Amino acid sequence: MTRYILTRIGQAILVVFVTYTLTFVILNLLPGDPVQIHLGAGEPLTSLTPLQVTQLKREFGLNHSLGHQYLVQLWHALHFNFGISPSLQEPVKTAISQRIGTTAKLGALALVMMLLLTLTLSYATIVARWRWLRALLIRIPAVAVSIPGYVVGLALLDFFSFKIHIFPSTGTFGLTSYILPALTMSLGPSALLTQVLISSSEKTLREPFIHTARAKGLTNAQVQRRHVVRNAALPTVTLLGLVLAQAVMNAVIAETVFGMSGLGRLAQEAVQGQDVELVQALVLIAATVFVVVNLIVDLLYPLLDPRISHTPNVVGR
Amino acid sequence: MSINQILFDEIAPQASPQGPTLPRDPAPPGAQELDARSWKARLVKSSRYLLRHPGLALAILFVVVVILSGFWPGLFTSQSPVAIHPNDLLKAPSWSHPFGTDALGRDMFSRLVHGSRLSLEGTGVAVAFACVVGLLLGTLSGFFGGWVDAIIMRLIDVLLSIPALLFALTLVTALGFGEIQVAIAVGFGMCPGFARTTRSEVLRVRTLPYVEAARTGGASWSRIMLRHVLPNSTGPVAALAVLDIGTAVLVLSTLSFLGFGAPPPATDWGGIVSDGSQSLAIAPYLVLLPSLVICLWVFSANHIGLTIRQHQDR
Repeated sequence: MTRYILTRIGQAILVVFVTYTLTFVILNLLPGDPVQIHLGAGEPLTSLTPLQVTQLKREFGLNHSLGHQYLVQLWHALHFNFGISPSLQEPVKTAISQRIGTTAKLGALALVMMLLLTLTLSYATIVARWRWLRALLIRIPAVAVSIPGYVVGLALLDFFSFKIHIFPSTGTFGLTSYILPALTMSLGPSALLTQVLISSSEKTLREPFIHTARAKGLTNAQVQRRHVVRNAALPTVTLLGLVLAQAVMNAVIAETVFGMSGLGRLAQEAVQGQDVELVQALVLIAATVFVVVNLIVDLLYPLLDPRISHTPNVVGR
Repeated sequence: MSINQILFDEIAPQASPQGPTLPRDPAPPGAQELDARSWKARLVKSSRYLLRHPGLALAILFVVVVILSGFWPGLFTSQSPVAIHPNDLLKAPSWSHPFGTDALGRDMFSRLVHGSRLSLEGTGVAVAFACVVGLLLGTLSGFFGGWVDAIIMRLIDVLLSIPALLFALTLVTALGFGEIQVAIAVGFGMCPGFARTTRSEVLRVRTLPYVEAARTGGASWSRIMLRHVLPNSTGPVAALAVLDIGTAVLVLSTLSFLGFGAPPPATDWGGIVSDGSQSLAIAPYLVLLPSLVICLWVFSANHIGLTIRQHQDR
């Protein structure tokens, strides 16, 4: 057990490290003048004399070799120092700490909504006895998966903010302004989870131990509570960590559509302004959150399912 | 791990246990005289299957129409996508402008039809990039094994365990904005899935008797790889490619919605929705109708991909 936990933590650290390195390589080795990308933030640098360029290079540490730059940046990143963002003209750390609260609240609300939507829809589908209703319910998630997040956001905005004026359309004022963005974030992931939950529940319902439980005389509710839910929830728990990837993307979309000042919006602006420092820091944060959540899921998994054998090869699955 | 990997592994294999299987059906008595492997017999079989599955037929029809509109936009609309009609600003859908006009008075239907070319090009580049790189990595990894396999698969594992969007955003930052840059960024995110699927297929095929027979017969490694292993491991890869066509449009249009796509006036579907969202409060159809087309495309590609997946001999 200790071995399993240690291997898992080691893999998680490796994943974050490789991600950071790969991001650095992509941002610094691909064609493009590093001075231009780092300092120009998308604008041409025609107004600078060569002397000024050299000075700026020294100021940002660009005059050293790439390996040296990498080690210095890695060392600083380990101390939560991500440098100064050229496009915002303030430390990356300040920019991120100002906006992280909004995204954290949004994410928490989205997670609650995601679970509610998933459980309601999959439970309704599983217990539905009327054939047409069932056929309809089972198709909802398959259709919902193919709707892009920004379409969901714009449709919600159109209906709830412009047609019936229940929720505000932009800004960050109290709970009401979080509801629509959270819904935008949670719809796609919950469609995916619902599909998996339905298919694993049906698989479980066909297992022999369900027949045994019924034969013993357990009521339907007892069978579902004791035997179906615990078994069917397992694949969904694994996926809960993985659909977070989609939620990250949806956070960028939701915050852009609803004009909230969170990390997703910051990421969109950072890419728009080709702000290397900011992009690198945001990718590192998102990767860390993602890996930590998946690590927690993996570590909780043996508690949920005592049958699981602890073979160490579990990265990415 | 991408959405498609999840769909692929968890949902597709058991999605329709009672569905009739196309290749395994015994030929009906009437078709006996046709050689079962001739193209006529295949055509009869597939058209019969399509008639029994109208949803699939509609999906294929929609995909074909969109592809046609990408290559020959003139077939569907005679209006120019950039012509400005100052008297028809923000007009609701009508006979002369089926999808309405935007804030500059441009015909939306025509913009959408002409925009599908950029979207299709982007999708093609993304999926082709992912296919080529993924096939290469997967084949190398599965065929050679040992430390090559170990290194490639560790890298793939890391890439699969990080949201692809993060790398897409990084790549767009480094490469700059534009249709091709965005397409490569999207394709990069889809590579690991292809590599993993290819590797598992290559590992399966490599142990089959005919590969051993070819090796005994003295065929070179490259010949075995190109002639025997690759052609026999393409099935699941092809299904994944079709599924990824849907996802590619989804992610591509998202990235161009966020403002990283081709600069105006060239706009793909995501850009059109983004333009329309400026006037969402007064003209919601400028967003909803193009969105409908994008959703239909993604849904059709997913539906076709999953159907192919279900009918593969495993």
